[in-house]
Amino acid sequence: MVPVWLILIPLLTGLVSFGLQNAKAVKAWALFSTIISTTLIIAGIYFLNPSSLQFNATWLKLLGSNFSFKLDGMSKMLCLLTAASFLIIFIAINKNEYKNSKSFYALMLLMQAGFMGVFTATDALLFYFFWELALIPAYFLCSMWGGEKRIQVTFKFFVYTFAGSLIMLCGIIYLYFQTPNQTFSLESFYNLHLSNKQQYILFWLFFIAFAIKMPMFPFHTWQPDTYEQSSTGVTMALSGVMAKMGIFAVIRWVVPIFPEAVNHFSNIVIILSIIGIVYASLIAIRQDDIKRLIAYSSIAHISLMCAAIFSQNNTAMQGVLIQMFNHGIVVIGLWIVADAVEQQVGTRKLSELGGLAQKAPALAIFIVVLAFANVALPLASSFIGEFLMLSGLFQYNIIMAAIAGTTIILSSIYTLNMVQKIFYGNTVTLTEKAVDISGNIKIALTILVIIIIVLGVYPQPMFNLVK
Amino acid sequence: MPERAELGVMNAIIFSALIGVVMMLGGIVIKSNAGIKLLAIILLFILLGSHLAEYYDLFNIHIQTHGMLAKSRFGMFFNTIIISLTLLYVLLSGDEIVKVGTYGAEYFALIFFSLCGATILSSYNNLLMLFLGVEIMTIPLFVLTSSEKKNLKSNEAGLKYFLMGSFSTGILLMGIALYYGGTGLFAIEASKAANEAQQAFRILLPLGLLFIFISLSFKVSAAPFHFWTPDVYDGAPSVFTSFMATIVKTAGFIAFIKLFELRSVDMGYSWKILLPLIIILTLLAGNITAVFQQSVKRMLAYSSIAHAGFMLFALYNPNDFGKQGIMLYTVAYSLATIGTFAVLTKMKDYTYEGYNGLAKTKPVLAATNTIFILSLAGIPLTAGFFAKYYMLASALKESTSNLWLVIVAVLFAAVSVYYYFRVIQAMYFKDGNAETTEIKPFFKTLLIIIAALIIVIGLMPSLLLDLFYA
Repeated sequence: MVPVWLILIPLLTGLVSFGLQNAKAVKAWALFSTIISTTLIIAGIYFLNPSSLQFNATWLKLLGSNFSFKLDGMSKMLCLLTAASFLIIFIAINKNEYKNSKSFYALMLLMQAGFMGVFTATDALLFYFFWELALIPAYFLCSMWGGEKRIQVTFKFFVYTFAGSLIMLCGIIYLYFQTPNQTFSLESFYNLHLSNKQQYILFWLFFIAFAIKMPMFPFHTWQPDTYEQSSTGVTMALSGVMAKMGIFAVIRWVVPIFPEAVNHFSNIVIILSIIGIVYASLIAIRQDDIKRLIAYSSIAHISLMCAAIFSQNNTAMQGVLIQMFNHGIVVIGLWIVADAVEQQVGTRKLSELGGLAQKAPALAIFIVVLAFANVALPLASSFIGEFLMLSGLFQYNIIMAAIAGTTIILSSIYTLNMVQKIFYGNTVTLTEKAVDISGNIKIALTILVIIIIVLGVYPQPMFNLVK
Repeated sequence: MPERAELGVMNAIIFSALIGVVMMLGGIVIKSNAGIKLLAIILLFILLGSHLAEYYDLFNIHIQTHGMLAKSRFGMFFNTIIISLTLLYVLLSGDEIVKVGTYGAEYFALIFFSLCGATILSSYNNLLMLFLGVEIMTIPLFVLTSSEKKNLKSNEAGLKYFLMGSFSTGILLMGIALYYGGTGLFAIEASKAANEAQQAFRILLPLGLLFIFISLSFKVSAAPFHFWTPDVYDGAPSVFTSFMATIVKTAGFIAFIKLFELRSVDMGYSWKILLPLIIILTLLAGNITAVFQQSVKRMLAYSSIAHAGFMLFALYNPNDFGKQGIMLYTVAYSLATIGTFAVLTKMKDYTYEGYNGLAKTKPVLAATNTIFILSLAGIPLTAGFFAKYYMLASALKESTSNLWLVIVAVLFAAVSVYYYFRVIQAMYFKDGNAETTEIKPFFKTLLIIIAALIIVIGLMPSLLLDLFYA
């Protein structure tokens, strides 16, 4: 029953939030909901009977689709990431004011329910349902709160991802008719014997949907705009959790079902990913807007994960699995800092900032740790993940690994450059009056930094979890 | 239920004609609008009751039809759906119907007559009855379309509809004649003896079927026979557009399915080319033109062409699977269209800008309209998703080589998001002061019920489909 509750808790609390009137009450309610979810998933991982991690009920008998969920290692980790991310996000944005805040929190919780469903569903139709269910609240969240151009930008994002997922739906229906007793269950998809030609076609039907979601070059064009324009709280959820949906789905719904195609197309996908890494990193260096910089940095990191998946060896896969969690944690931290800076100074332009460390020393300490984690310095959690991914890629092809490895150098350029421009040097007029961050942001960042350092020094619990 | 084929007429056919007459005469006695509306609702309840009585074998009128009409579970179930939908439609838009002109009672009577035609289409077993059904269904619509006498656009639409309608009727008759030449029969079922006797004129059969196909394509507005649709739907009073786009259109599809379930084999290889061609043209014409519309009403007219493209997919599998699909599509599409048209009729300005800021002024209208729009776009959790799912699946079920067609169709579905979501954008994200006419609490309650139905079917389509098998 655990996976069902993980979906139901945010779903029901989200629906209730629509009816709450007081802004403070809504915030407390949302926080309460995520605390329960986080407790539940931690209990599910460490204390509860493993049999409670599965759920199966008939849903659409006529169509052969079941209401079935399962928490395996990867799902556990991603559900933990989802619950913890939303908890941290809600702590971090606690002081922010949103117009019509009940709808904001309600939609955030509904989106969380969608994520949980995607990560736990073991029935293709159900998976598709949640895949879309996560998208609809995201559409409203990004269109209602955020920058000037948000409506058009979000629309592009929505149509892009919706088109991708519809193509995936064609693939799902096709596979459904291939199964011997016409079911949507993941297991029966795994047992299919597809010809090479079928695999080659179906691979792209699925992969394009996931590549758009990640996003991977050349399907990434919606991402920087959406991340920049939407309200930072939403961006945290999009890049911290939603981007992982793409990676997760490739590992669960593509690699085991179309092994031949993965083998056949691995070169193309890895080359595209490497182009994405270098291209996004170079653009990130040129960015003046903090949010766009982090957005491009995120493309580079996700592309590396995608490349690692297709290098098809165990080392790289281990790296991807733990990096999904670590990247989520680090990127949320960076967004919190970006948001804090914007709230303090009122601008996100690097060229207009400087010397903030003198005014906000605590924030400066946090950002330095996060920056080190973002460039994957040893002792920060991302190091292990990136190291494993690159060494896996090295086994696949040395040249590709070498080019992909530039990500570490490039990311240190743009990350440290960002830190330097915002926090060091002399204060400018804008940063003169800045004060240090408030208590709730300190709490959120402290939690993140502790996770980063603990997992950086002792990553074994994470390996045990995803085994 | 073949043993009941000879039992003849359904209650629905007789009663829908009868209540039409009663309604018309009632108009002489009752003068107040509220009274007329109340009478219409009562009569529809009687119709529904009599139909359900037959459905559950409690009471029905026996007339020997010599196999001209056949009772089938599919037809009966479809009748239940369209009668219920008409009832819902009248409950929701009854006030608007009587407001169109001075002859409130007659509009209802015409709607009932049209419904009578639709019930014939769901039970015909003979091409003459097909012809009768089509005519009975469409002739009242010519009148309804031009019922706004002082509006030039309405008159133009009525005339256009009439001309195009009679043109396609001519083609239908031609097709039926050729069919008769080819088989020696008007019955839609293939009879072995007749086929052997008419071997010499074999070619006439596929030709006749082609003509019938074209004529029915006119009726359901499939491209390239769709050109009348936008003008007629746009010119007709909005309340009647809602009726035409839902009940009448889906009845056309039932006629389609009933004939080609049995006869698509006779068209041979040309069927394999014709069907995908028409589907792609229809999706193209509907979706692409809808993108460029400025008026929501006209956009809905084009989008109804696009939906026809999806419904045509059912012809790939005109057996139980396709029938389930078309049933689900009928319900999903009609509920959403009736709902969204009901909101449209309350708007003072039919352009997208007219919807700006509706979420602030009328939150219930905006929220329910969002659900209708999401359902039309086929987003999961709404009935529209499973409707589309069934259509796509029926093409893939026939042969997996149809994958390309399915992919083309979903890309058009993605295009449809563009114009549908503009309404949501206007309602929620744009600032403005959307003006509506007076909204009654009852109207809001009904909208909420329809929206809830859409979501319940979207979660559990089996609730509806199990009824079909029950």
